[in-house]
Amino acid sequence: MRKYLLKRIFYLFLTLFIVATVTFFLMKLMPGTPLQNEAKLTASEKASILAQYGLDKPVWLQYFIYIGGIFKGSLGLSFQFSDQAVSYLIGSRMGPSMQLGGQALLVGVVLGIILGAIGAIRKDTWADRVATILSILGIAVPSFVLAILLQYYLGLKLGLFPVAGWSGFSYTILPTLALAASPLAETARFIRTDMVDVLSSDYIELAKAKGLSKFGIVYHHALRNSLIPMVTLIGPLAAALMTGSMVVENIFSVPGIGEQFVKSILVNDYPTIMGVTIFYSALLCLLLLLTDIIYGIIDPRIRLSGNGD
Amino acid sequence: MADNPENIEIKPGDFAPLDKQAGPDKEKIAAPSLTFGQDVWRRLKSNKTAFTSFIVLVLLFLMAFGGQALYHHDPNAQSPKYANLPPKIPGVNIHGLNGHINQSGKDVDAYAQAGASSKVHYVLGTDYLGRDLFARIMYGTRISLEIALIATLIDLTIGVGFGILSGWKGGRVDLFMQRIIEILSSVPSLVVMVLMATAFQKTGMASIIAALALINWTTMARLTRAQTLQLKNQDFILAARTLGESAPKIAWKHLLPNLSSVIIIQTMFTIPNAIFFEAFLSYIGIGISSPQASLGTLISDGQKNFQFLPYQMWYPAIVLIILMLAFNLLGDGMRDAFDPKSKR
Repeated sequence: MRKYLLKRIFYLFLTLFIVATVTFFLMKLMPGTPLQNEAKLTASEKASILAQYGLDKPVWLQYFIYIGGIFKGSLGLSFQFSDQAVSYLIGSRMGPSMQLGGQALLVGVVLGIILGAIGAIRKDTWADRVATILSILGIAVPSFVLAILLQYYLGLKLGLFPVAGWSGFSYTILPTLALAASPLAETARFIRTDMVDVLSSDYIELAKAKGLSKFGIVYHHALRNSLIPMVTLIGPLAAALMTGSMVVENIFSVPGIGEQFVKSILVNDYPTIMGVTIFYSALLCLLLLLTDIIYGIIDPRIRLSGNGD
Repeated sequence: MADNPENIEIKPGDFAPLDKQAGPDKEKIAAPSLTFGQDVWRRLKSNKTAFTSFIVLVLLFLMAFGGQALYHHDPNAQSPKYANLPPKIPGVNIHGLNGHINQSGKDVDAYAQAGASSKVHYVLGTDYLGRDLFARIMYGTRISLEIALIATLIDLTIGVGFGILSGWKGGRVDLFMQRIIEILSSVPSLVVMVLMATAFQKTGMASIIAALALINWTTMARLTRAQTLQLKNQDFILAARTLGESAPKIAWKHLLPNLSSVIIIQTMFTIPNAIFFEAFLSYIGIGISSPQASLGTLISDGQKNFQFLPYQMWYPAIVLIILMLAFNLLGDGMRDAFDPKSKR
């Protein structure tokens, strides 16, 4: 176990190092500087601005400074907001993103489990069909379309929730719903497939033979065993939420990381793009590692071993 | 009594041996033997949802790739005079399709307002530059499909090649190749796509295709590797090796046909994924740029006017949703058809 963990942590750092390196050199290939109104500036002004960002040094030195900075928690200065450190920018925008992501995950997973369980218990009935259609729609309707529709119909037309902004819980409802669709669909499909399998296994037959109530069977025996493999969904769901947050935060003007990322892409704010990329990768890597550890703990059949599979 | 079993009388002549030649041949196979493909096709046809999706996809492909031959409107021709006209189909008098719109509570004939003659009509209306929306949707669907299909083809080639090589070679090579996949798949795919799209100068089909191709192949590689590992220890591979067949030939003639079902099923899920990411990138503004259009850019354009002219976003969004639905449902059906044992 310990050997395995050490190995995984080593790969985590290797991955992040590669991501940082590739991102750095990709961004160096791109045109664009932090200089605004380049034509109006004198040569010495240009030089001082470039020096502020460390762009006056040779590329290889910039690279070592950047990588060294990451270990100290520094991700450079933003081009767009001069003088603001990227790490500060990310930190100040992390709250809304995390709250939205957490709420969406909670709503999506809970509803998804219910939908999936209904589908599996009432297999091949109208209830199953409705649950299946809902979960397929959750995959087929892109989050940005859903977000716009929710904003217009629930927000503007019916006036149930605030249309955009970020000042209070009611502002989080629509973005949460828009974000929750994809985890809901994934969970429902996953749980249904898994529970259909579990429900036909011998120990369920035994539970039935013992005369347990239907609810007792589903709750105590089927659902618990179906939930274990759900741990493996954490990674893909987190990735889907990151994707979704970029557009959903934009549409609802939520001051989160996703919104900042899209803005930075559109204005060529390379240090911020790099910073957010590394941040997202680190988050996903950590979650994947956590997934494996949790899985090893709750399912004793899985052995975490030091040698590759 | 006749139905009392104890009263049955059996006479010697009651039983006679059957003529061996005259009777039906029990060993004969009555139904024509089906190839693997025919078998799959038959199972797919009996799955109503999947088959409907298949028909819908065929229609959408026909519309996207052949529609321009029947509907002669340039998707890029601008006529500012006729900007933002609602859908109008001659002879149809349903609100939303008759060229009327609600303007501050009143029903107004938008075509008359724009001074259009009675001959002018746009089936799905026009956008903010007066471009025919139906023509643009057809064009956008084609671009979206082209990007998704080319990217998927590249994914497939890289993924299958990588997977077979990794599984076949085994040992250190396999370990190294698996680490590459591990590293690639622990980076959020969207971030990689955004980086690639930004790095390749933001615009154009090639950059999106490259971005999509670079990241989506890892799942395919993982699946083909797992299958190859299973297959390579089987007797027919051993036989081929003993006969002195070269490795590339074994891969091509023996492994690939046995991998085909895995590959086809995975492809069916890669395509909608690619369509989604293309729409996503175009929507946030780093994908296809004008005058080219894709479903993503059409939705993003339509969104700006959604409050007043909802059809401008609804129609491309509906096409995108149908496309995603059909591919996903067909993929589910294909999985069942190729592997009836698979749990579902």
